Amino acid sequence: MSVYYSKDHEWIRVEGDTATVGITDFAQGQLGDVVFVEVPEAGQGLVQGGEAAVVESVKAASDVYAPVSGTVVEGNQALVDDPALVNSDPEGEGWFFKLTLSDTHQLNELMNADQYRSFCDSQ
Amino acid sequence: MSDPERPLPLDGWHRRLGARMVPFAGYAMPIQYEGILAEHRWTRSSAGLFDVSHMGQLLIAGADTEKGLEALLPADLALLKEARPKYSMLLLDDGGIIDDLMVTRRGDHFYMVVNGATKEGDVAHLEAKLPRTVVVDHMKEQALLALQGPKAVDALARLIPGVAALSFMTAGAFEFDGIKAWISRSGYTGEDGFEISVPAGAVERVADRLLAQDEVRPIGLGARDSLRLEAGLPLYGHDLDFTTTPVEADLVFALSKRRRAEGGFPGWHRIAKELVDGPVRKRVGLAVAGRQPVREGALVIDIDGNEIGKVTSGGFSPSLEAPIAMAYVPLAYAMPGNSVSLASRGKVCSGKVTAMPFVPHRYHRKGVA
Repeated sequence: MSVYYSKDHEWIRVEGDTATVGITDFAQGQLGDVVFVEVPEAGQGLVQGGEAAVVESVKAASDVYAPVSGTVVEGNQALVDDPALVNSDPEGEGWFFKLTLSDTHQLNELMNADQYRSFCDSQ
Repeated sequence: MSDPERPLPLDGWHRRLGARMVPFAGYAMPIQYEGILAEHRWTRSSAGLFDVSHMGQLLIAGADTEKGLEALLPADLALLKEARPKYSMLLLDDGGIIDDLMVTRRGDHFYMVVNGATKEGDVAHLEAKLPRTVVVDHMKEQALLALQGPKAVDALARLIPGVAALSFMTAGAFEFDGIKAWISRSGYTGEDGFEISVPAGAVERVADRLLAQDEVRPIGLGARDSLRLEAGLPLYGHDLDFTTTPVEADLVFALSKRRRAEGGFPGWHRIAKELVDGPVRKRVGLAVAGRQPVREGALVIDIDGNEIGKVTSGGFSPSLEAPIAMAYVPLAYAMPGNSVSLASRGKVCSGKVTAMPFVPHRYHRKGVA
């Protein structure tokens, strides 16, 4: 199992050819209190860099982009029902969706935890 | 390149309290401390302390000040008693709104509080239009705090006992630890509360004393916006601007009876006509279906898909735990209960016109326990 990070502040936990995607603790801190989440449905195809989900805090709306291409296996219904999970457990219970990777080479373009930490420090 | 933001007198105080600072009205201002939802709920249940020192505080004095001001705004200043803040607006000749404000008679002068983002333009407008006998003093060395919430009176009266005798929309001069303060029982949250004007050099001492009270926590701009939205109070630059009239904006209460009849203020012809015939459009509240907030700029559309208006403020109401918004719609749609559709970011949802405030006001009115 490996965890990767994108410049759009998403994390991707990969097991075999399946990945779980969410937004990072840094991202939830920037957004503030999350009040609405929309996740993609199973079967939906996602293209790297394309819109995948929506997250809205009290003050602003943001898109969550697909860090890698693939087909959605599951959207997190528990998160839709309780959007505050993004704030309380962003890199655990607050995951957004799971997908089957269509091109594992895309993972090479992402950051590891150390690189992501330096990236946030430079923001 | 825009100018860098200026610091408020309490800049270091905000940062020490862990505020996230953002640019607003040309200043670095605290958007939140612990979080918007928690701060919002704290203000509704206890007392929130807001730094609103970005707002413009003006002293207007000299021969013919009262007459000169009446030529620029629709309040009845001749009838305005000492130390009674009055909500009013600077108007354009076509009835559009230059800014909304509070004006108070204080002895031989008027004290005016205007919005931070518009204050420089307001001062220029006043100086250009008022008689040459009138002097406008922009008190840049004066800070402004707001203490809002059902326990605001408990906290403030512990330090300044006299404030408990004020009722909603009355004010007075007080002294505290040798600091001169002008305090009005007013605010922008729909709650009971106070606005406290003190010299910038003393504001940190006042803020610290208030924050030391158990009821009081610091509140940022984020909750200030969600609180005023629930209270149905318009925000200049969003719900009010050069293109909206006081009648369209549903601010008819601010048009004093004598002034409506006599006129003599900018835009009176259009405003008088709108009072008789009704405005073309009106600011309304919208209860939004579902959980997704509808934001400023979303389109209001009718049953046939035609654009009929725009959302001017929108967000999530922490008190109602539902999205709410303000919009301008044609008068035919402005009745509470009417359904409209709202389109934003490629999605359509439904909304229902709702009487405002969304959350009842709890002002401390005179004669009411």
